[in-house]
Amino acid sequence: MMPTRSFWNDTGRTGIAAWLFSTDHKRIGLLYFYTALAFFLVGMTLGGLMRIELMAPGRTIMGPQTYNALFTVHGVVMIFLFIIPAFPGAFGNLVMPIQIGARDVAFPRLNLFSWWLYVIGAAVVITSLFTGGGPPDTGWTFYVPFSERTGTNVSLAVFGVFIVGFSSILTGINFVTTIHRLRAEGMRWGRLPLFVWSLYATAWVQILATPILGVTLALIIAERLLGTGLFDPTRGGDPLMYQHLFWIYSHPAVYIMILPAMGAITEIIPVFSRKPIFGYKMIAFSSLAIASAGSLVWGHHMFTSGMSDRAILIFSFLTFVVAIPSAIKVFNWVSTLYKGSISLEAPMLFALSFILLFSIGGLSGLILGAAATDIHVHDTQFVVGHFHYVMFGGAAFAFFGAMHYWLPKFYGRRYAEKPATVAWALMFVGFNITYFSMMLLGIKGMPRRYYDYLPEFAPLNLTSTIGSWILISGILLLLVNLFRGLRKGEVVGANPWGGATLEWTIPSPPPTENFEQEPVVTHGPYDFSKAGMP
Amino acid sequence: MAAAQGEHQVIGYGKLTSVWLCLLALTALTVWLSRLDLGISRIWGSLAIASVKGGLVIAFFMHLRYEGRLLRWLLFVALVTLAIFIGFTFFDVLYR
Repeated sequence: MMPTRSFWNDTGRTGIAAWLFSTDHKRIGLLYFYTALAFFLVGMTLGGLMRIELMAPGRTIMGPQTYNALFTVHGVVMIFLFIIPAFPGAFGNLVMPIQIGARDVAFPRLNLFSWWLYVIGAAVVITSLFTGGGPPDTGWTFYVPFSERTGTNVSLAVFGVFIVGFSSILTGINFVTTIHRLRAEGMRWGRLPLFVWSLYATAWVQILATPILGVTLALIIAERLLGTGLFDPTRGGDPLMYQHLFWIYSHPAVYIMILPAMGAITEIIPVFSRKPIFGYKMIAFSSLAIASAGSLVWGHHMFTSGMSDRAILIFSFLTFVVAIPSAIKVFNWVSTLYKGSISLEAPMLFALSFILLFSIGGLSGLILGAAATDIHVHDTQFVVGHFHYVMFGGAAFAFFGAMHYWLPKFYGRRYAEKPATVAWALMFVGFNITYFSMMLLGIKGMPRRYYDYLPEFAPLNLTSTIGSWILISGILLLLVNLFRGLRKGEVVGANPWGGATLEWTIPSPPPTENFEQEPVVTHGPYDFSKAGMP
Repeated sequence: MAAAQGEHQVIGYGKLTSVWLCLLALTALTVWLSRLDLGISRIWGSLAIASVKGGLVIAFFMHLRYEGRLLRWLLFVALVTLAIFIGFTFFDVLYR
């Protein structure tokens, strides 16, 4: 039974309108969550199909043009429609206002508008797959000159991403304003939960970098429709300028994806170690440092493009610099675990595997960030493996951990622990088989984005495909167990995990206004003893 | 902040027209500069003029001159970031 005054039933509207036109941050958070999850399932299916095609050399289930379309749509869906909006949109909306002691975000209507823009942009992207010249085949990076010349429906697809970008900017503006203006009494900057700090850093990247993506995508449309010649050397243009513009946004976008994930991990680890976080200030600082230094490293995507040697030197150096705040976070998470009373429930399993997988992803990133080694592995399967270690092993594993950690708060029920552990184990094993094989393939020289390959790459490709089946079976088990638990599982109280942040002080599920009385904060977010925890 | 308290600074037509004329003059200057053979200095000159024009628009047309310190700082950070983005691409363009 749900409490009578929870946000699920305490509303003036009924039916679907109570969701589609709600300005409650919790309802909008759930809208984001389910939309993003649906896109994740679409992207996962496309990825699974690509792995089946690569299971054996030659044509297996599709031809080269279909394969080109598949990796493009997989990338666009997973990056622009899943990872970028998922964490800030879903868990940022669900949790952040409660964590700072607010009733809602600063601009609730703008928040709803952000979700609508996201859905409209996504609908335009999906429309582009079935209209015009068919799904784009450029890869998610839309590199010129191919994106200007291909007959596929690039213009509509990038217009869809353009609209989704506005959604991201508005969410960023909303979150910065909320964190500045709506903190409860006593919620000083030094008492903000670290998830909020990570969202704050992310929001600034969303505000400052996303407009550049919008401009860049608009320029592709201008090139295709008006023939402006901006990126065409025969007319005084510069194709490398496109790559600069694209990566000025898209590298910081990696931090939009990973920073909130790091924030969620930072919430989970102290709670399941029964110990205050180690190095609060340094973790908060490192979020800001990653956001700022990470915005200056885009050139490392272009080492083989013909960019100047001086630029290569500078961007390579800065790439190594950004590894420092990332390493600070890893060090602090491990130090928090040290001598903690560790409880291995599903959120913690995902958090621990995040540390390992993100570290592998980060360190393999340094191989790509060093100009000399990058030339060997550039545009190979190594890059695909590295990227998935950071984005899937990092951001998506944290997303799954956050689902197990926070969704019981909003449903008032929890998942079953044993199937969740089995699902995590399947995912962890399947993940490593799938993507470590890819990194090995890349070191051996197999290029990315090819639907066929030489016979010597066959064994590792088969291994990787089998790994993807284990991974997908783990994800499906996880989702079935989690959502069955949220519907029919054990009822949980206000604080099932023993957390000390504000969301655990209110009922599960929370009432519409979050707090009966405006909270007054008297202790830090990880001060378990003062929060009444043993 | 002033805006939050409902105090809106009214800028006279005279001042707005002067700013507009300044913008037109600076545009003419940009066009004139583009016809001189100054090498790389032409780009720095054009960027400098564009910065002044942007500053005028922000200060007067967008009323930032009359806003509080927080808002000015937030915009300053955003503009510095944009300047860094543009500046860093010159590590490639200037030395290619």
